[in-house]
Amino acid sequence: MVRYFWLIPLLPGASALLLLLLGPRLSRRWISWQACLTVFLSFALSLAGFVHLVRAGHGSSGLAKTLLPWIASGSFSAAISFAFDELAAVMALVVTGVGLLIHVYSVGYMAADRAYSRYFAYLNLFTFFMLVLVLASDIVLMFVGWEGVGLCSYLLIGFWFERPAASKAGMKAFIVNRIGDAAFIVGVLFLLVNVGSSSFAAINAAPAAGVLGPGLVTLVAILLFVGATGKSAQIPLYVWLPDAMEGPTPVSALIHAATMVTAGVYMVCRLSGLFAASQAASSVVAWVGGLTAVFAATIALVQHDIKRVLAYSTISQIGYMFLGCGVGAYAAGMFHLVTHAFFKSLLFLAAGSVIHALGGEQDMRRMGGLKKALPTTFPVFLVGALAIAGVPFLSGFFSKDAILTSAFAGGHYVLYALGLSGAVLTALYMFRLIYMTFYGQTRATHPAGTAPHVHESPPVMTVPLVVLAVFSALAGFAGLPVLLGEKANWIGGFLEAVLEPAAHHLALSTEVGLILAATAAALAGIAMAFVFYRKRPDLPERTARSFPGIYRLLVGKYYVDEAYDAVVVRPLVRGAETVYARFDLGVIDGALDGSAAAAASAGKGLNVLQSGLVRDYALAFLLGAILFLGVLLL
Amino acid sequence: MIPPAAFLLLSAVLFSLGVLAFFVKKDLLTQFMAVEVMLNASNLAFLAMAKASGQAAGQVIVLFVITVAAAEAVIGLAIIVLIFRQRRTIRTDELKDLRG
Repeated sequence: MVRYFWLIPLLPGASALLLLLLGPRLSRRWISWQACLTVFLSFALSLAGFVHLVRAGHGSSGLAKTLLPWIASGSFSAAISFAFDELAAVMALVVTGVGLLIHVYSVGYMAADRAYSRYFAYLNLFTFFMLVLVLASDIVLMFVGWEGVGLCSYLLIGFWFERPAASKAGMKAFIVNRIGDAAFIVGVLFLLVNVGSSSFAAINAAPAAGVLGPGLVTLVAILLFVGATGKSAQIPLYVWLPDAMEGPTPVSALIHAATMVTAGVYMVCRLSGLFAASQAASSVVAWVGGLTAVFAATIALVQHDIKRVLAYSTISQIGYMFLGCGVGAYAAGMFHLVTHAFFKSLLFLAAGSVIHALGGEQDMRRMGGLKKALPTTFPVFLVGALAIAGVPFLSGFFSKDAILTSAFAGGHYVLYALGLSGAVLTALYMFRLIYMTFYGQTRATHPAGTAPHVHESPPVMTVPLVVLAVFSALAGFAGLPVLLGEKANWIGGFLEAVLEPAAHHLALSTEVGLILAATAAALAGIAMAFVFYRKRPDLPERTARSFPGIYRLLVGKYYVDEAYDAVVVRPLVRGAETVYARFDLGVIDGALDGSAAAAASAGKGLNVLQSGLVRDYALAFLLGAILFLGVLLL
Repeated sequence: MIPPAAFLLLSAVLFSLGVLAFFVKKDLLTQFMAVEVMLNASNLAFLAMAKASGQAAGQVIVLFVITVAAAEAVIGLAIIVLIFRQRRTIRTDELKDLRG
């Protein structure tokens, strides 16, 4: 079974192809089963491969399979080849496992949608491309997956394309990603030219072997990281992710929380040999991650749309992952990626359940008091919120602590402080969301949101929620702090085979202190939320009035969108309009119209020859014959 | 024995007469007859050259020309009859619908 690991991406791919071709003719029942089963089979294969790797222990080089030769041009060649090592195994399990639950949830969530087959076709296609990205053993094939998931993201954000906001958000996501991808391509080309091979093994070995000079390593790493800031929504290219919430909620959970947006982190981990070789590039990664973590969390504090709070939270959490990678703790970054995939997809799906229950309402100002009405959604939401806030013994606590500890151990005290303050903010905005949504009195204005109409979601939606809640709660035990023993951090040890190790050790007392500080941060955030949004509901407004400048800055999301609009978008549009008016209309259309007019007037001029009289034609004939004879004779 | 040049001369005269008739006459039927004269003038030239060179190819071509001319006569006359039925005239000056 393990030998067939290369089928992991191909199964959802085949299903997507079938759904795209025959989708509208198939019954909904068939579509649901096909879409979910293929992802389930991929999950089973991933699990088998994972178990194989765990059994094989260290020293196994993983599984590899070359399917087809692909590009062979001069000294450069690339093949369609997949590799299944420890890093790919963890990521593939997340993609197929969380993906499977979200496919199942979608069966309930999208039940009433007209474009049912199109939805599942895109969702399967996304799974295919994501798995290609994960399993690719060279950077060129990874780029295919990288672009493919971007395409699926665009298609699914704009899934309800009849809504102008949705199709605009899709285009925004696509264009912003293009900017990052441009840098990514340049980075890849630098690698191809200088390393001469596109395989990850060769690239990771290049800096140590002296194939890449130190300056070039930094340049390439930063170029690739710019690509990651686009895909993973970091400063300065994060602006597309909040708008991406226009897509269906399961899509937000799968693509814009659990898997695709973490592709940047995965890429950095995959190339950890390259990134670790450049101190400067690592610092850039860490600082961008740390700043994004706090920056996005502050915006999340004042958002009113439940999905947008979660979107900014995602940006912030991915910032933590990059912070971890930047300080050299790649395994910690991956660990946070895994736990985040569980609790953030749980939060999104639970938010989807809330939205579903309220008949499409997303504004938290018109929610409230849903605790009793949603007896399954509320506890799982609470588990997710506790996990992301970093309350002890839930998954987020361990993974966030691993990152912060590494930052502290590496001597990056400012980054550590950023991360810790971000942790307070995380707890604060999450529990603001909980209190506004589930506690107090209902503030619904829509008739569908009032008490008798509110209903819990069907089991097909709640069962995935419960499964995710279990993982959100328990996944942390895969990576316990090192102070509990050398073997406690199981996932760190497992990934060590592929990733650059983080070689810092702290005194026991320091580590305990750090854990207590992280716990205190989480509890402080929750306590603040309790005071502001439960005990004294008038306090938020009074605080906002005392600091009108800051409040307006936050509500305006630091006016980044407006700044981009003024600096980039509008000049571009104006430039394009000028080019259109001058060059398109003037030169191109002018040349076309001119040649058409010339042909028409030539036709008019020659028209006189066509008199319609037989004798004229015969005369022309005769003259022609005489001329011909004359030429022949002379 | 009559020299081939005499046949060729006769052929040229006949052909020229055909051309002249085609241009001078204004009704379709006569012009059609002029075309037949031209065809037969060319036949005569072929036969003369065939005799002079002693090869059969010229005679074969004449047979072809006669066949084609027969077919052409059938179709041409049919067209002329149809035109006359439609327009009640076969004067070429009046038939100029194909003016550009």
